[in-house]
Amino acid sequence: MPKLLSGAEIVFKALEDQKVEYIFGYPGGAVLPIYDELKNHKSIKHILARHEQGAGHAAEGYARSSGKPGVLLVTSGPGATNAVTALTDAYMDSIPVVCISGQVPTHLIGTDAFQECDTTGITRPCTKHNWLVKDVNDLADIMSQAFKIATTGRPGPVLVDIPKDIQFNKGIYKVSKNKLEKKLNGALSNKINLKDVDKFIEMIKKSSKPIFYTGGGVINSGPKASELLRDLVSLTGFPITSTLQGLGAFPGDDPQFLGMLGMHGTYEANNAMHDCDLMINIGARFDDRITGKIDEFSPKSKKIHIDIDPSSIGKNVKVDLAITSDVTELLQAVIKRFKEKNKNFIESNKQKTAKWWSQIDKWREKKSLNFINSKETIKPQHAVQRLYELTKHQDTFITTEVGQHQMWAAQHYKFNKPNRWMTSGGLGTMGYGLPAAIGVQIAHPKKLVIDIAGEASILMNIQEMSTAIQYRLPVKIFILNNEYMGMVRQWQELLHDKNYSESYTEALPDFVKLAEAYGAVGIRAKTPGELDEKIKEMINTDKPVIFDCVVDKVENCYPMIPSGKPHNQMLLGPEDEKEEVSDEGKTLV
Amino acid sequence: MPKPKSAYSQPTKFGKEDHHIIVVWVDNEAGVLARVIGLFSGRGYNIESLAVAEIDKKKHLSRITIVTKGTPEVIQQIKLQLGKLIPVHKVADFSRNDPKILFKELALLKVVGATKKLDKAKKLCKKHDGLILDKTKKSFVIQVTALRREIDKLVATLKPLGLISVSRTGAVAMTKGDEVFTQ
Repeated sequence: MPKLLSGAEIVFKALEDQKVEYIFGYPGGAVLPIYDELKNHKSIKHILARHEQGAGHAAEGYARSSGKPGVLLVTSGPGATNAVTALTDAYMDSIPVVCISGQVPTHLIGTDAFQECDTTGITRPCTKHNWLVKDVNDLADIMSQAFKIATTGRPGPVLVDIPKDIQFNKGIYKVSKNKLEKKLNGALSNKINLKDVDKFIEMIKKSSKPIFYTGGGVINSGPKASELLRDLVSLTGFPITSTLQGLGAFPGDDPQFLGMLGMHGTYEANNAMHDCDLMINIGARFDDRITGKIDEFSPKSKKIHIDIDPSSIGKNVKVDLAITSDVTELLQAVIKRFKEKNKNFIESNKQKTAKWWSQIDKWREKKSLNFINSKETIKPQHAVQRLYELTKHQDTFITTEVGQHQMWAAQHYKFNKPNRWMTSGGLGTMGYGLPAAIGVQIAHPKKLVIDIAGEASILMNIQEMSTAIQYRLPVKIFILNNEYMGMVRQWQELLHDKNYSESYTEALPDFVKLAEAYGAVGIRAKTPGELDEKIKEMINTDKPVIFDCVVDKVENCYPMIPSGKPHNQMLLGPEDEKEEVSDEGKTLV
Repeated sequence: MPKPKSAYSQPTKFGKEDHHIIVVWVDNEAGVLARVIGLFSGRGYNIESLAVAEIDKKKHLSRITIVTKGTPEVIQQIKLQLGKLIPVHKVADFSRNDPKILFKELALLKVVGATKKLDKAKKLCKKHDGLILDKTKKSFVIQVTALRREIDKLVATLKPLGLISVSRTGAVAMTKGDEVFTQ
């Protein structure tokens, strides 16, 4: 007879088997038996957040920066509903998160008991899969499947809802052989077809105006994928652009890199996407912030799309060659085949793509990321540039909130390694950056972790400062403070006749005093002259820091593809604004 | 410069919408129907009819048959999205006009009225081999098995003859011949 374990013990045994080191959570009535068991498992450390959403984003930050799944532990009812935003965020950005939630005892389910909610019902559309555990003997299997599903194929969040009586009940810990092996996001097979590889190479050889368009799939595939991507890009000599989520997979300061594309992407990247004759999409999903007007999206190109999720292919844009595969595996196959057959490709190809490169150089001359600097006020772009210059010599991890500061960070901070850039792209969750930074710092205790923030976003999860203090996590919060919800203000200026409805924040806290109230260090910079010194002071402080960077209040984020326009009709700066935006454009986000 | 149009709300290339019958084999576990239906409502696909029942007690397998309408791209997305659901084993997609597939739907119809009208109504049902399940002087309940559109038609013609209650199962489908659908 195998030893009987309580449900709570089974949970921890499963976590140990998965080599989980950290769980992020918040206790409550329905999850107490699991919290009670925590003391018996020294290899697992619990990080107490101040809000379940914060715990969820911390788990995401941990996962994105380490490549391991993030684990989240919350109670029933409000604990679970508070976690929903984080789960949805992880779902949209394909981040592996395992959420364990307490539930009221089985016999009370359906009676509107205290802190009861239909957790599996609420989280069904924002998880890859979820379970309500009804028998303690199923728990070991479910936990094992949960980790498997969260981390394989296109990664994502899962949730295991465990009623309190199941946590107490005794059962056997036995993991049966996983029947899910065959499943890869519904793909029939993940074997790479050599014919596809050959067609891929053939298309590369035929093109004279190619571009690589890469995304978060490269990061999710692991560090090896980024290495291989660098190999392939240098083997071909082609230009490359990246989505917001893909930044870092390819060095941001490499001459072949055109910068980020999309709504706030560079002029050269968007124009190259529009005019290319071959688009090689690796691990990106033709998101609407990327494509702009879909009917006029890259009209003349053949398109290759590599994605691990078959439902991403052909969803928004029709492609000529679709390959359902993990990025690493595919790039390995392509590079091997390519090297066998095309020893001197770069040399023979240089002439073919020379014209294309000179066109790209012309676009580059527009210097679309330029801005008019000031000696009196700190321009937000300048602040990010200085932050980059002063931190680039060390291995720095950047998280962001959502808004103008996020786009300026993406434009002006150059990433050279994968897993260094954590931002909420799909869901666009304000309040993501601070808890995510906490998760990153947990995974990388010795590294510099900076949350580039806006003063509005940071207030959405400011309570997590307390978490940072408790665990001595020296995260740096770099607030570009313009007193406005900057992106909202920008859209109101451009689309709503400068009616700045509710986008100005009255009564902002004094962020320096706020930092001190939490026991952190507060620093304020008001002029460009003092900026560098203050940033250095921040970097050299071995404590959490809130840096209140007082910036220009009305600076807009450019370049920009206005809603409803294709890639080749960008606004480069204020002088382009005069053109009227159509009524249809106004209905867009 | 051309007049800008919306990239989101105005897709210009509308494909032709077609009726499809989607058959999904799933593990018969709690919440599985909600997963399938939630996917349809969440992504804005429509469901014209739905039929579901367990087909293998031992393996806990259920077969869900959904009649839907959409452009080829939407139908393709439906198949791929369904395939991603964990309890889904396989997904089949049949066009309504596929000659190799049998489609049937069962309907129970209750007609109440005077004898004359009842007789007329029975006659109309004869064409579909209607089976009378219950009969009184003033009414009858008849079971009809036919294509969806045939039942639609029958219902319309029976309305003036005293049809007061209709219950339909939704279409189910099966391949003809000795083939079974494998994926």
